[in-house]
Amino acid sequence: MGEEVERALSTAQGVHEPSLALHVEDLTASYASGAVLWDVDMNVPPGVLAAIVGPNGAGKSTLLKCVIGALRPAAGHVYVFGRPYRQQRHRVAYVPQRTSVDWDFPTTALDVVTMGLYGRLGWLRRPGKREDDEAHEALAMVGMDAFAERQISQLSGGQQQRVFLARALVQDADLYLMDEPFAGVDATTERAIVDLFKDLRRRGKTVVAVHHDLQTVATYFDWLALLNVRLIAQGPVREVYTAEHLRAAYGPRVVLLEQTAEA
Amino acid sequence: MEMMVLLGDFTVRTVALGAALVGAVAGVLGSFAVLRQQSLLGDTLSHAALPGVCLGFLLAGSRQLAPILAGALVSGALAALLVLLLTRTTRVKTDAALGVSLSLFFAFGTVLLTYVQRHQGAAQAGLDAFLFGQAAALVPADLRLIGSVGAASLLLVALGWKELKVTTFDADFSRSLGRPVVAIEFALTVLIAVAVVIGLQLVGVILMVALVIAPAAAARQWAKRLEGMVLLSALFGAVSGVAGALLSASVRGLATGPVIVLVASGFVAVSLLLAPGRGIAWQLVQAVAERRSLRAHRVLLGLYQLAQDHGDPRYPSEQGMLDTYYRGGSASALGRLQRRGLVERVEHMPEEGDHWVLTEAGQQQARDLLEPFGSRDGADRTGAGT
Repeated sequence: MGEEVERALSTAQGVHEPSLALHVEDLTASYASGAVLWDVDMNVPPGVLAAIVGPNGAGKSTLLKCVIGALRPAAGHVYVFGRPYRQQRHRVAYVPQRTSVDWDFPTTALDVVTMGLYGRLGWLRRPGKREDDEAHEALAMVGMDAFAERQISQLSGGQQQRVFLARALVQDADLYLMDEPFAGVDATTERAIVDLFKDLRRRGKTVVAVHHDLQTVATYFDWLALLNVRLIAQGPVREVYTAEHLRAAYGPRVVLLEQTAEA
Repeated sequence: MEMMVLLGDFTVRTVALGAALVGAVAGVLGSFAVLRQQSLLGDTLSHAALPGVCLGFLLAGSRQLAPILAGALVSGALAALLVLLLTRTTRVKTDAALGVSLSLFFAFGTVLLTYVQRHQGAAQAGLDAFLFGQAAALVPADLRLIGSVGAASLLLVALGWKELKVTTFDADFSRSLGRPVVAIEFALTVLIAVAVVIGLQLVGVILMVALVIAPAAAARQWAKRLEGMVLLSALFGAVSGVAGALLSASVRGLATGPVIVLVASGFVAVSLLLAPGRGIAWQLVQAVAERRSLRAHRVLLGLYQLAQDHGDPRYPSEQGMLDTYYRGGSASALGRLQRRGLVERVEHMPEEGDHWVLTEAGQQQARDLLEPFGSRDGADRTGAGT
């Protein structure tokens, strides 16, 4: 009873499930072609490495875009550490799909990373020495400081992904939303991202990443949300990564994956 | 020399200054149009300005620049809105929508133009100058208007620099920072329209898009950062404007717009050809150098392999045999290797032609080349641009 009252009170103040890093409630989103997300409820506790996994067109990227307000959902709410995203922007870093930008854009790796500080700088202040140092530091954390002055078109796919990650790191957020960080990267980058994840978790940060590779989910992540327009299952990887759930998400033909899951 | 004399003339100085301003503003905003892949929107904006030019003239009752430019801006904006409406509400794709909007507005503008010239007298209106531009028609009052509007738009770009940059590069990320991306993109489109409109009198509706796109496309070839691209593009635009205006002022019967655009196109041609890293000439030179060094490496590895097979690191290989194996051309490769001190000629059975052995450095180089490539970063080639 007392708990209910407390909950009602905090809702009235605009605080909602403050104990969760990410709380998605009744989220429905659609494009002209139809619904991409249907009544999704998702919870991610703080301090976990969470993967959003599901087949193509399952609405994984759409979900992240709804969280950051790039897409207006047809219905539902999103809360970040208990408050709407608008109020929590400074605590969130978003890493879009690498292929969503033009890598032939005239800019250097350092420039791109510095963009991560634009939120803190506001509209009129220019990045200075301090911002430069922070950007270099973030590049060093992903092993890319030697490429700081390199034009981004001269980087390999994996190096470009690491520049994107450095841009997120420099934001010094509490919640990192990443869209397919492992897509099309080389072995070096894959290792760098895994190390980075571990480092973030050790520092109590939360990662929510769209992931496409079922083989590596259980090794790279400790929390899993299976999505196929609707939310199929969510929870600790060990509990969610089962043949039954995967079949529900991918259809009955995931024979090989079942074996992997049961092994 | 003649140019210097021309610059002494007050009228010509006015024109040159106006052209420099128009070119610089077009260069700056054109950079964003090019990077946002909105070049064709510029074309639509400038063609669609024509009905606005005529309506502005009709409303003002005389040939005053301010109402004419205001009219041009409004009809350009309406055309852009039509494009947006078509792409959002129908299945018409952007390029088709741009074409539809351009032709509709330009046709309407042409109808209005001929009407105005019939009924108001062509000489009095002088509106046909807006088709191809006329430098001589620029008076100091016009210059003040163009100057203040141009300066204001440059100031806005400077103030919103970070936001324009991040939104142009990565709109979703900009949204995640809480930036009003739609408003920023709208403002940018309006600014591009302003850049088009202030150049109409000098360059004309038909070719103004070229002054917006060409300097930016040229600058794109040289610049490593957005800052450099925008400044260089402004410079290219200003130089094109001045050169075109002076040329057309000094030679009777040359329309200003086409001359300005020819100069700007010259910048594009030179840049596409010569720009380091991206230019065609540069890439050709690179490709030839790459092929030569590849051929030399193959010969080097051949020698190394032969030496290995014979268990003698200084095994003398016969040049004739290498020629057969590498289908001729090993002479130039051997020459390159010799100059780099990797191989040397030896006296060995001279009756059978030249013989070559690897030096210490050559053996080391061969071992380095044979090191597995996987140990170094760069194994991933999927997204590597060249």
